[in-house]
Amino acid sequence: MTTVATDAPVSVAGQSRLRMAQVLFGAALCLALAKGLLPDAMIRLPEAWVLPFADWFNAVFNFMRDDLGLVHVTRAFADGLDWFLDVTANLLYGKNRWPRIGPIPWSVIAVTAAIVGYALNGWRLAALSGLTFVWIAVMGQWQWAMETLSVILIAAPVSVLLGLVMGTLAWRSARFRAVLNPLLNVAQSLPHFAYMIPVVVFVGVGPKAGAIVTIIFSVPPMIRMTLLGLQKVPTEVIEAGQMAAATPWQLLRHVRLPTARTEILVGVNQVIMQCLAMVVLASFIGMPGLGQKLLQLLQALKIGRSFEIGITIVLLAVMLDRCSKAWAMKQPVHMEKGTPWAVRHRLLLIWVFATVVLWGLSLIFPLLHEIGRREALSLADPLDVAMDWIIATLDPVTQWLRWFLIVWVLIPLRDGMLWLPVSAVLVFLMAVGWAVGGRRSALICLAYFGLIALSGWWDRAMITVYTVTFSVFIATLIGFPLGIWGSRSDRRAKTVLLVCDTLQTFPSFIYLIPVIMLFGVNDVAVVGAVVLFAAVPLIRYTIEGLRGVPDAQIEAADMSGATRKQTLWSVRLPLALPTIMVGVNQSVMFSLFMVIIAAFIGTQDLGQEMQRALSSSDVGKGMVLGLAVAFMGLMVDHLVTVWATRRRKALGLG
Amino acid sequence: MTDQKPVISCRNVWKMFGPQPEAYLAGLDPAASFEAIRADGYVPAVRNVSLDIAKGEMLVIMGLSGSGKSTLVRCMSRLLDITGGAIEVEGHVIGDLSERQLIDLRRNKMGMVFQSFGLLPHRTVLDNVAFPLEMRGQDIHARRARAMEVIELVGLGGREDYFPRELSGGQQQRVGIARSLAIEPDIWFLDEPFSALDPLIRREMQDEFLRLQEMLGKTIVFITHDFDEALRLADRIAIMKDGAVEQIDRPDRIVMEPATPYVAKFTEEIEKARVVHASALAGPVNGLSLSGDAVDGSKTISQLARLLVNDERSILPVAGPDGGVIGALDKQRALDVLFGEAQ
Ligand SMILES: Nc1ncnc2c1ncn2[C@@H]1O[C@H](COP(=O)(O)OP(=O)(O)O)[C@@H](O)[C@H]1O
Ligand SMILES: [Mg+2]
Repeated sequence: MTTVATDAPVSVAGQSRLRMAQVLFGAALCLALAKGLLPDAMIRLPEAWVLPFADWFNAVFNFMRDDLGLVHVTRAFADGLDWFLDVTANLLYGKNRWPRIGPIPWSVIAVTAAIVGYALNGWRLAALSGLTFVWIAVMGQWQWAMETLSVILIAAPVSVLLGLVMGTLAWRSARFRAVLNPLLNVAQSLPHFAYMIPVVVFVGVGPKAGAIVTIIFSVPPMIRMTLLGLQKVPTEVIEAGQMAAATPWQLLRHVRLPTARTEILVGVNQVIMQCLAMVVLASFIGMPGLGQKLLQLLQALKIGRSFEIGITIVLLAVMLDRCSKAWAMKQPVHMEKGTPWAVRHRLLLIWVFATVVLWGLSLIFPLLHEIGRREALSLADPLDVAMDWIIATLDPVTQWLRWFLIVWVLIPLRDGMLWLPVSAVLVFLMAVGWAVGGRRSALICLAYFGLIALSGWWDRAMITVYTVTFSVFIATLIGFPLGIWGSRSDRRAKTVLLVCDTLQTFPSFIYLIPVIMLFGVNDVAVVGAVVLFAAVPLIRYTIEGLRGVPDAQIEAADMSGATRKQTLWSVRLPLALPTIMVGVNQSVMFSLFMVIIAAFIGTQDLGQEMQRALSSSDVGKGMVLGLAVAFMGLMVDHLVTVWATRRRKALGLG
Repeated sequence: MTDQKPVISCRNVWKMFGPQPEAYLAGLDPAASFEAIRADGYVPAVRNVSLDIAKGEMLVIMGLSGSGKSTLVRCMSRLLDITGGAIEVEGHVIGDLSERQLIDLRRNKMGMVFQSFGLLPHRTVLDNVAFPLEMRGQDIHARRARAMEVIELVGLGGREDYFPRELSGGQQQRVGIARSLAIEPDIWFLDEPFSALDPLIRREMQDEFLRLQEMLGKTIVFITHDFDEALRLADRIAIMKDGAVEQIDRPDRIVMEPATPYVAKFTEEIEKARVVHASALAGPVNGLSLSGDAVDGSKTISQLARLLVNDERSILPVAGPDGGVIGALDKQRALDVLFGEAQ
């Protein structure tokens, strides 16, 4: 008989932990049931207890802005950035600024992209890169796309540079690392809008504000990857550098950083993707480009046109992702001895030649230079017809679904959440914390949600919690079976993972297009978008978890005569669960981000308040709301991490 | 070579890993056992080691994995700072060198080869080998010319434009060796240079290494956990256990006269006849009447096997390097070594 350790022995500590958790669950239940008898202060915190966090934040920000004069620094920095933005703006779409040689003809840019794609990973990437720009030009979206790209072109390198410097500092100094790490944790769970408000206050609105918010938003992953890469450099490589008598600076510059190349380039990839996601959203603070156009069209419910822009954003996302990943994976290859210069630099020569020829041609044929609105193609009309038809056909279903969800699920759930006394929720969360990680986790849960209660935004927060909980639940119902289905064979797994990877590169905003199309502007659309967005990581981690189960375990199960179903339920799933939970964790994070973004189509949760804070430039309020969202994410993150770590250890998975 | 000052000299060297090694070592009972120190949460990677390495000598350090070999060598090259004692390299106490002086020492005197090669993945063979010269600020033409010389020396000519990833393990280690030789070091450290290689390649690399050593005549500290390798290469062998040197001596003496039970156990499996030279086994002449041809003292007993078995004499004269008789070999003793002691 082969036994597979799927149930770790319950330790004594584990038992006492569960007992305590049961007591707390009971207490939470009693508190909820006895709501009528509770003093008001236990149902909702009295006004007097609510702490004016927002005022404190405002005081700090005002102090920094006015008394410390930080605003001059930020404005100066922004103006410096503006100069660079003007350069790319001139080159890409002909803004009348130095160096005044733009706009570069679209055909030249398309060919350049194709050659870069070819150099990085061959013909397929070349086709993807080139055709993306052809599509943009032909569809008449050149101006907007270039407005967007001109900001990314500046923001991404600045962000990479900042990330490299801060990552290196964090690697050098343990003290700096200790300060930075929690800050990064919070920063990476703050919703996008929370970044925008301070930027509006310090810099104003427009492209430079868009660039700055994009830089701030995309720096954290670069810091993380730089640190990781530097820590992973093998000791012997460093020792070899030391024995070669490199000074500490030479060691960093010639040994450590180049050896960490792959991690650093993965960081670059993440920076680029974050930049794209943020630059699209920065339309909320007056950043022109694709995002702004999409926002306008969505608000006007012009589905066909917004779909076109959606495709452009998606193409750009996939192209940027594939190119930067290919760059990260590219390994140096030597040229044969005596290869002539022209052959070594073949691509460079082809590029120079193509650029000259196309630029020349575009002077003769203006269509190669610029495709105006009039000559542009548009799929909007047939798309609209097709969409109308789909919507009309699906209408009975979507109508019913909408009615059913709103009346029977969403409203009762929301009312239920709002009905719950604060004390019951807090005790319940402590119970969960205790069950997962003992007293420490219980206190952490209490602290996070206690602070939310103290901030005075409890009701709004509960609405966010209910939307996220419900959406993640539905996402699990979809993602989990799909993941199991997808993990059946290597080929299927590869395909599904590729689809998931691609979907994950889409900026979150994109997910709103289809749901608004189908459901209109309401709660159901929000839930739909969140479910879509949150299901992707679940599918992905389910597959990765199931595929990652060691072969030996499965062979052992097979040899003990387990059927495929038995193997799945009693071997694969238990062993994959820690990984799957990581997917759930990410799914919750994604949901929180999405709920907040979806606020502009009308919700009543924290997101809507965040929008208000943004339009009134209320930094304090924005920070409080942002932190409230971050705390929800951090609590889930803490619970899942603690659980998964212990479970992995118990299963002997390292 | 014995009358010269040693190139490397270690005096009571300690290297302790742990939270506060200096303070801990200062209060440590000198007789404290390895286990007692571990129990206090410290790792005594090198324990009270004293040894001298003469110019041109090849010292092989042996021991099980975790016995502190790498740590000891890293202390000698000051990749690690020692916790107690002193190490002198060519008369300089290396613990007292400033960063600048240390860099100068490494730029001119020391080379090191690593078990997992430690090559820079983004540089070609040529640029890897030229790296120490680049750090020293040599101009590009000079350093490329020198790098090409050593690349030819280790037999990698024609591969200089390859990247490490494109080479086999043996070839990568040749790059590592070439790099360590680029600055023409006087002292050469090799930390299990061939352990990551397949047995066949390993043999080939050892031959190659011996050829290089014959040509260059450097002072060498060579780490291995493979006794055969040690016997092929060593002038002297140091055997380490739990951070301490159990015995340091010539190979035949380690085999014939183990200083501790641990060394005895360590050498038990060795075919002694292949290690022991006739000269080591020879006793004093002391008026014995020796007749007939002398045997060559630099041959091992197994090389002399046929001669010994066929010879009628019970005591044979042994000739030194200059041909003069240096001792008398008891045939019975030699046969015991050859066939193992009669049980
Ligand atoms: N940086 C370090 N920190 C803590 N312990 C170390 C460190 N480096 C080596 N050790 C410990 O020192 C002992 C000797 O290691 P090492 O010199 O690498 O052994 P060897 O090379 O003989 O296999 C081992 O127990 C190892 O775990
Ligand atoms: Mg070692």
